[in-house]
Amino acid sequence: MAKMKGAIEVNTERCKGCSLCIIACPQKVIALANKVNLHGYPYVEAVNEEACVGCASCGIVCPDGCITVYRKKVEE
Amino acid sequence: MDRNQIVQPENIVCKKPTLMNDNNMHYCPGCSHGVVHKLVAEVIEEMGMADKAVGVSPVGCAVFAYNYIDIDWQEAAHGRAPALATGIKRTWPDRLVFTYQGDGDLACIGTCETIHALNRGENIVIIFVNNAIYGMTGGQMAPTTLIGQKTSTCPYGRDPEIHGYPLKMADIAAQLEGTCYVTRQSVESVASILKAKKALRKAFEASMAGKGSSLVEFVSTCNSGWKLTPAKANEWMKENMFPFYPKGDLKDTTDK
Repeated sequence: MAKMKGAIEVNTERCKGCSLCIIACPQKVIALANKVNLHGYPYVEAVNEEACVGCASCGIVCPDGCITVYRKKVEE
Repeated sequence: MDRNQIVQPENIVCKKPTLMNDNNMHYCPGCSHGVVHKLVAEVIEEMGMADKAVGVSPVGCAVFAYNYIDIDWQEAAHGRAPALATGIKRTWPDRLVFTYQGDGDLACIGTCETIHALNRGENIVIIFVNNAIYGMTGGQMAPTTLIGQKTSTCPYGRDPEIHGYPLKMADIAAQLEGTCYVTRQSVESVASILKAKKALRKAFEASMAGKGSSLVEFVSTCNSGWKLTPAKANEWMKENMFPFYPKGDLKDTTDK
């Protein structure tokens, strides 16, 4: 059966760490990093990217448009 | 599968709208303004109106909207955005003209301009971001502040005997002859955002078809002003704002 695999790229300099994407992600892929960007905001990163299905929920709710979502169909 | 095979331009399903530039937005983390900006940029791009869209930015948090979306903008005096938009639309009827206002700008100092522009049936869209507070100036009570809601100028909660009652601008707009589409939306979840985007597109299309004025209200959060985290602000909005400002279309005569 075909399966969807996803990946995300976070623009860490634009991210403000509001964490709305963490709540929106149904696969618990995203978490707040223990680092800050140039503006002093902690930013999010994909900690569990194998689970990502590319549903784009994180990208849709992100108020700053920091997340680019990729999705590809995988034949098993 | 290798990550490099997934991260390819042809596999992109969601990204920052092309019309939104790389300037870092000054909004607080988790602010609803960001999502509404994204929707505006996406809808204009999808309609192919990037060269013909003129926005009017308000005084308030969204005052720098012209720094973030690459279309033509004009900055209005406080509350006067609908009057300015009227002039722009009458001069250039082929342009997509919209205002982007908060509740302090639209429902307080600009109540007159808003009601009269809507009542005249100007072919403009008024985007109304209602977070029930004056966000930019430090969280003071606004005309839309809920009964009992605490702000820096009503620290014991809004009391109707002293402060009067919250103003439902969309309900007023729906009573006016000149409006063709009045809707109340929100942007707290994926489903709401997709619904709000459809409503915004409908309003923009109605204005270009010359059907009258539209008001699209976004019930929004101000987590800084409400002194909550972005996630808790969304919960507070669902619990307190939605019962008083119910979502949905209040008027729709775009089919006629």
